[in-house]
Amino acid sequence: MDLALAPETLARWQFGITTVYHFLFVPLTISLAALVAGLQTAWVRTEKEKYLRATKFWGKLFLINIAMGVVTGIVQEFQFGMNWSDYSRFVGDVFGAPLAFEALIAFFFESTFIGLWIFGWDKLPKKIHLACIWMVSIGTLLSAYFILAANSWMQHPVGYRINEEKGRAELTDFWLVLTQNTTLNQVFHSFSAAFLTGGAFMVGIAAFHLMRKKHIPVMRTSLRLGLVTLAVGGLFTAVSGDTLGKVMYEQQPMKMAAAEALWDGEEPAPFSVFAYGDVDEGHNKVALEIPGLLSFLAHSDFESYVPGINDTNEALREKFGPGDYKPIVPVAYWGFRWMIGFGMASFSLGLLGLWLTRKRFLLPAAHRTGEDEVPLLVLLKKPLGSRLTRLYWLLALWTMAFPLIANSWGWIFTEMGRQPWVVYGVMQTRDAVSPGVSTAEVITSMSVFTLLYAVLAVIEVKLLAKYVKAGPPELGESDLNPPTKLGGDHRDADKPMAFSY
Amino acid sequence: MELHDVWFVLIAVLWIGYFFLEGFDFGVGVLTRLLARDRAEKRVLINTIGPVWDGNEVWLLTAGGATFAAFPEWYATLFSGFYLPLLVILVCLIVRGVAFEYRAKRPEEHWQRNWETAIFWTSLIPAFLWGVAFGNIVRGVKIDAEFEYVGTVWDLLNPYALLGGLVTLSLFTFHGTVFTALKTVGEIRARARKLALRVGLVTAVLALVFLLWTQADRGDGTSLVAMAVAVAALVAALAANQAGREGWSFALSGVTIVAAVAMLFLTLFPNVMPSTLDADWSLTVTNASSSPYTLKIMTWLAVIATPLVMLYQGWTYWVFRKRIGTQHIADPVH
Repeated sequence: MDLALAPETLARWQFGITTVYHFLFVPLTISLAALVAGLQTAWVRTEKEKYLRATKFWGKLFLINIAMGVVTGIVQEFQFGMNWSDYSRFVGDVFGAPLAFEALIAFFFESTFIGLWIFGWDKLPKKIHLACIWMVSIGTLLSAYFILAANSWMQHPVGYRINEEKGRAELTDFWLVLTQNTTLNQVFHSFSAAFLTGGAFMVGIAAFHLMRKKHIPVMRTSLRLGLVTLAVGGLFTAVSGDTLGKVMYEQQPMKMAAAEALWDGEEPAPFSVFAYGDVDEGHNKVALEIPGLLSFLAHSDFESYVPGINDTNEALREKFGPGDYKPIVPVAYWGFRWMIGFGMASFSLGLLGLWLTRKRFLLPAAHRTGEDEVPLLVLLKKPLGSRLTRLYWLLALWTMAFPLIANSWGWIFTEMGRQPWVVYGVMQTRDAVSPGVSTAEVITSMSVFTLLYAVLAVIEVKLLAKYVKAGPPELGESDLNPPTKLGGDHRDADKPMAFSY
Repeated sequence: MELHDVWFVLIAVLWIGYFFLEGFDFGVGVLTRLLARDRAEKRVLINTIGPVWDGNEVWLLTAGGATFAAFPEWYATLFSGFYLPLLVILVCLIVRGVAFEYRAKRPEEHWQRNWETAIFWTSLIPAFLWGVAFGNIVRGVKIDAEFEYVGTVWDLLNPYALLGGLVTLSLFTFHGTVFTALKTVGEIRARARKLALRVGLVTAVLALVFLLWTQADRGDGTSLVAMAVAVAALVAALAANQAGREGWSFALSGVTIVAAVAMLFLTLFPNVMPSTLDADWSLTVTNASSSPYTLKIMTWLAVIATPLVMLYQGWTYWVFRKRIGTQHIADPVH
């Protein structure tokens, strides 16, 4: 069959579209849950109104976002069986367990406590209501952990054996699946990238309001929290990216060779800044390189040998038989660069912002601003002029989505870089698709999902924009006097609910 | 009882939990057209399930994930075989979730009306399709020696399965109606009780035919007992509704769902998905299950986590135990 319409190609496109889309919402959900929980904690502890207003404002955006994350996640739970039935049969014994753990532990946590949090403002005492959002946050982290353990097993299968008689992989050590270095590094990297994403989101929106001098106390706090989150998240993303890269050089040398378009092994190996290559011929036509850096990234020294695509392909042929074991090199190469580029651009902007808005450290006393003033952006001794200040706010606003792009390319890189394997070294993607599902069926489902997701994206973004522009809500009497009893105080039986759909 | 038998029971428990809980919230979704007279009443209905529908839906995700882990072959055959109906269900659940969350987020009339229309259809369609799916699972479908479904989508729309769909649709609607009577105050509560009688009678007739058909086809002693319980509970639920005992009526309609789904699983065992082509090609608890090691880990998980889940979900229902009426719904938008 024509490759473009091969069931494998279509199923991969569908998986790619639905999963990348789903993952637009995941990192924001993870980080915003924790940030909202942090803000609400600040309110409970200090009783300062700005924290409650910030909680409600970011909480609303968080809810608009998590709704999309939850519903697009439903597809993920069933898609393996629908489109990848041979995969499911072969690996279900190993791969199913973390998914079941995720559902039974994390999903219930998230979904139950989010309901309590949304509707609980006038039903739960302050501290119990606060505990609910922390439970949601724990749920999002656990959920990510289990699914990353499952994905890490596809990257680097451990703790299993092949049962020849049944023709499938069987779990032998679940603990190892949960704690192998691939899992821990992926979790570290994804979590920090999630906070990088949430930090940039918060900074961008705070910048939007501060530029207009609106909602200053809330947005000032938000800017600070966002910048710290962005900087810390960015730093950890870089560190964990480096360690994950080193792990990948051990476990999937092909992926990393493709990420560098390093066709032939070199000692020491250079880091490629720009390359344009001929994939059929197996070499680069244009290459701009930094000598020795790749050796350092792979093995922490500037001298060592790094194998290239061609050598690795040869080695894999010897091990697994004839075939082509390289991924689509340009996708891996550019995916890797866009991931790093967009992620680190946001990180830099965060570091810059943290310096510009510093509160005391090396800041002339005259430029320190009060709670209800827009912070001055001070580069050295003097504040930036109004045009440069505006430029920084605009940059923060317009690069808000950079981490989303970085996240998407990170996943495209890591998944496509593993090809032709679905489970590295164990099962190839072409053997994983559902044999009984027809091309017409996959085209149908792919079109339906793509169309539906596109429509929902428009609705979601418009809704987010509406609530971003509206700013933090004014607080009412009941907001400031939360109930003292479970189920709410029964002062007035006909009192309207604090929140209703 | 071996571990794969334990897991057959646990999967049944997860589906029963799902149908019990999401059953009434599907029903409430259907009632937005059947019972509500105006927008305010629609909002009352939607808000009776507001805090809980999401948690209810997780029972489905857990049933899916647990089937994947405990019976990979079942998971693979079922979801690749029932591809298009499952696609429809997934689309409905996606739109439904967004509809609940987004409906009140804009004041425009057409925005709210569109989401309300969505809530009605995306509740009705899955409520029907789950019955069709389970009708086919227990009746058996065309499965070949490789455990692949080789029938077409039209084969799934056979009379028995379609009747199963009508049963789940009417039963869930009844369950939702008695739930509404239990959770609301004012005029809507009285009307819910009146409607419950009519929906309940239709459900009783449909369910009786379907369960008798099932019993005649594949039943044995235990399934007969389950059937008797289901039918008796339904009748008792109607009686309790007439007597104005709303709590009892809801509990009993729940028992009906538990017993009816249990009956289906009883007639299924030890198969999990029988083949109509050759009995040797049927998926069973033995040939579809995971290794003992995986099942052991999964059992530990289930033993520890499931009671906890029931505990804190139960607590949620207690927190939101207060009845609501139109007076409790504040401004139309916020």
